[in-house]
Amino acid sequence: MIQKANGKVISVNESLVGAQIIDGAVMNGEVAYVKIEDGKRLKAEVIDVKSGGLVFLQVFEDTQWMQVGDKVAFTGLPLSVKLGPGILGSVTDGLQNPLYELGKMDWFMERGLEVDPLDTRKKWHFTPKVEPGDTVTAGSVLGSVPEKLFEHKIFVPFSLEGEHIVLDIVKEGNYTIEEPIVTIKDKSGRTEQLKMVFDWPVKKAMPFYKRAVPTKSMPTGIRILDSLFPIAYGGTACCPGPFGAGKTVLQHSLAKHSQADVVIMAACGERAGEAVEVFKDFPELIDPRTGKSLMDRTYIVGNTSSMPVAAREASVYMATTVGEYYRKQGLNVLILADSTSRWAQALRETSGRKEEIPGPEAFPMYISTLISAFYDRAGVELLPDNSSGSLSIIGTVSPAGGNFDEPVTQATLLSTGAFWGLSRNLSDARKYPAIDRIDSTSKYPSLLEVEEVAYLLELLRDGKAIASNIILMGEKGIPDEIYIRYQKAELVDTVFLQQNSFHEVDGVTKPERLRQMFDIVKEIIEAPIVLHGKEKIRSHFNFLRQAFLDWNYLSMNSESYENQKSKLLKMNKMMDYAPENV
Amino acid sequence: MLLKTYENIDSIGRAILTIKADGVHNKELAEVIYPNGQRAFAQVIALEGDQVTLQLFGGGFGVSTNCKIRFLGKPMQVGFSDDMLGRIYSGNGQPVDGGPELLSDMIRVAGPSINPVKRLIPKEMIRTGVPMIDVFNTLVRSQKIPIFAKAGEPYNRLLANIATQTDADIIIIGGVGLKYDEYHYFKQRIEDAGSQNRTIMFIHTHREAIVEGLMVPDLALAVAERFALQGKNVFVLLSDMTQWSDYLRQVANAQDQIPANQGYPGDLYSQLASRYEKAADIEGAGSLTILGVTTMDDVTHPVPDNTGYITEGQFYMKDGYLELFGSLSRLKQQVNDRTRADHRSIMNAMARLLSEAEERVKAQKFGSVKDDYSLRLLEYRKTFQKELMDPFKYLELEDALDLCWNILARHFRKEEVGLSSKLLDVYWPESTILKIVQDTSHE
Repeated sequence: MIQKANGKVISVNESLVGAQIIDGAVMNGEVAYVKIEDGKRLKAEVIDVKSGGLVFLQVFEDTQWMQVGDKVAFTGLPLSVKLGPGILGSVTDGLQNPLYELGKMDWFMERGLEVDPLDTRKKWHFTPKVEPGDTVTAGSVLGSVPEKLFEHKIFVPFSLEGEHIVLDIVKEGNYTIEEPIVTIKDKSGRTEQLKMVFDWPVKKAMPFYKRAVPTKSMPTGIRILDSLFPIAYGGTACCPGPFGAGKTVLQHSLAKHSQADVVIMAACGERAGEAVEVFKDFPELIDPRTGKSLMDRTYIVGNTSSMPVAAREASVYMATTVGEYYRKQGLNVLILADSTSRWAQALRETSGRKEEIPGPEAFPMYISTLISAFYDRAGVELLPDNSSGSLSIIGTVSPAGGNFDEPVTQATLLSTGAFWGLSRNLSDARKYPAIDRIDSTSKYPSLLEVEEVAYLLELLRDGKAIASNIILMGEKGIPDEIYIRYQKAELVDTVFLQQNSFHEVDGVTKPERLRQMFDIVKEIIEAPIVLHGKEKIRSHFNFLRQAFLDWNYLSMNSESYENQKSKLLKMNKMMDYAPENV
Repeated sequence: MLLKTYENIDSIGRAILTIKADGVHNKELAEVIYPNGQRAFAQVIALEGDQVTLQLFGGGFGVSTNCKIRFLGKPMQVGFSDDMLGRIYSGNGQPVDGGPELLSDMIRVAGPSINPVKRLIPKEMIRTGVPMIDVFNTLVRSQKIPIFAKAGEPYNRLLANIATQTDADIIIIGGVGLKYDEYHYFKQRIEDAGSQNRTIMFIHTHREAIVEGLMVPDLALAVAERFALQGKNVFVLLSDMTQWSDYLRQVANAQDQIPANQGYPGDLYSQLASRYEKAADIEGAGSLTILGVTTMDDVTHPVPDNTGYITEGQFYMKDGYLELFGSLSRLKQQVNDRTRADHRSIMNAMARLLSEAEERVKAQKFGSVKDDYSLRLLEYRKTFQKELMDPFKYLELEDALDLCWNILARHFRKEEVGLSSKLLDVYWPESTILKIVQDTSHE
């Protein structure tokens, strides 16, 4: 056991505080509290241990009114997250304080407030899975409780070392997370009581039981992603873009429609309003896949842009740790980290105050290592009971000036499997989702066949090339058949790749519908066109586009859906028609 | 309470002073006392052992080593009272309109952010009478949104227009680095509109030290927040936040901070965010809306760039017009489905066609635009600019929407506009005559 150290403040520079150790040993990464004049205790983390008993702390709260000489109490424990039933559906700050509980105390995020991360009074219905005499190790399942949508397994803490014998376990019944449920004994005869919750240090990746490669695509309901640039269960994606290109809407759409069991939103240094939209809207929305509230599968960590900067990093790691925990439950978890640039900037601020030699754009040199280690925590895990779980991470990046050639974007690109580049040109043209059709990539399997993806991409590239020729030479300067190819590419973009996120039907496309849509798109692309003259060709495609868009807004399996579909197919074959006849 | 006074000043810079002292608190307010008895404010910004670093509100010029520093035992505060309405204050919270100092509650400045659970989802449209805002980028109560414009654009006029034409209970003007005539303009506009009794001004002009300018948004927002908590709908105008960021850069530089981009400190984003994030629609209380100004030459410059990531959109002003491209209201989706059934669709259709027209503008430079459709697009673009983009022409939302349909019908056929048949049936003005442009090409 480490003896907890004591110290006192010797310097204060915004969130970076220097402290002198008076007694005891100090660990890099441990949590400490600085007690200020009014008795408030400010949470901090040791980020550097220097010679002569000097340590640097990053304080997670405003350091106003701190003085040289204020007492520092070290805890000997690293920054940890509490894992157990009750996380789903909750909203916490970057240090796992539930915001609704804090809201009962004050309008503002006053410093020095700490609340139990999980409800300690709620009774969970526990069903034991082991008996006295059984041998357990770290990660063994002791029993389960129902949480929201699924059975939440109660584990032996992952940090427990060696084999233990179960001495005693409670009967099936209702217990709080504070009550001991199991007593175990190790080889030396030392006994220990376990509860339904345990701590895990946020910065330590949970070891995989067995790791597998992500191969199954995760439907997101967003057509351009599912068809051209998919993400897989356990995969990672990097989503950089200038402001106003649609990152937020895309994030919300992913949070709502992705076919994941658990969605964790890490609002890191972004607008508070966006997190509010999610946690105030989601409880009202029904997830069609479960018939329950969308909030039931959601956990939100909000360290928004005006909250203390030092806690941004903690919020990202906390979300990831919770994600790893639910992966151990055999679930498919999706983390939306918005935005990793704000995390990097927080590191830059601290690094600057520590007077470290800066790297490119003043970011610390080690930024790329941190980023790749973060994305490495995603993945598919094969579990002891032969089931599997996955953790996917979609990280948004907010590059300065929208320029992807900056350290955070570049480091993220190297660490992720899919790249969704958001483009201001597309968003200005209202072509949403404004994901670049040409430059984006994904190494994960699509919901379409490989050759179908190639087929679409080729058409889109042709379309782009012809468009620039049209600018140079005018519509009349290019032959009809080339112009037809251009119109086809435009049509595919408009009716298939563009999507109205705010529309109930068009906002989400299920895999079956995506397939039907693609088949019709393909039929249109392959239909022979016998029209002459740009005016006629354009008019033909205008009518097709109109009919297709109308179809996109009709819900599947309705009569009007089928009618519109056959109308569309009929129009595709007609060349010389008066619109009234259709 | 005994206030400690120290005389052993170590160093004096442009905006920073260091002194040896003990028992000093971080962010404590202090006074610089000159040998002739004059006083100026300063604030503790860093502590190291007995070395205290102070930020000088009045700047370092004229401060001498025989000045004294008196620590005031309190953090930066600002007075708050209803009697402040109609008054004008400086960046250190002192009245500058010649009126009396008020007895008022002292409230904290730059306090913590509001708990997100106390925020409401913004749902109330603010009608401005500016078509480019009401139709295309609707302003919503509690929004934080700046005007992006080159210096010299009439952004302050638009700011004053919006503030006085809307239904704000309280208007708070935070002027940072204003030219004297800009200050005078705001004052005049408020008086002309008869809005003095609901307006408070915090003004920093080029005459005053930059640290005072740095304080202006904090003072304005602290007072505004208090009014909002009392149930008022408050509008805060901040002009100009690029100046403010420049002051921040100067002060960071004076403190030997490692610069990030273009000399700005690495925490520019956080600094801007902690101000703009004060905007909120507060549960069980009022609201705080922020309209800012960010002067810029190029949107990728660090100040507009960081601002864009923080604010809920921006209004982009160019050549006196409000541009469609480059402008954005992130909150418009919260309200524009409840205005009129065609609002969203026509907004999108107009934008899409305008973007198509922009493509043709490029092509026109190569002399390759000759076909009828392209020529009509170019005509449409001209009409759009002339009839919709002037921010100083007042038009109610419904009239503006009708005008949009009318413009479409003047330039396009029904099937060209990409609107659903359902809307076309209701709104398409059949009587409007399509203007066919002479096709100048020879095929």
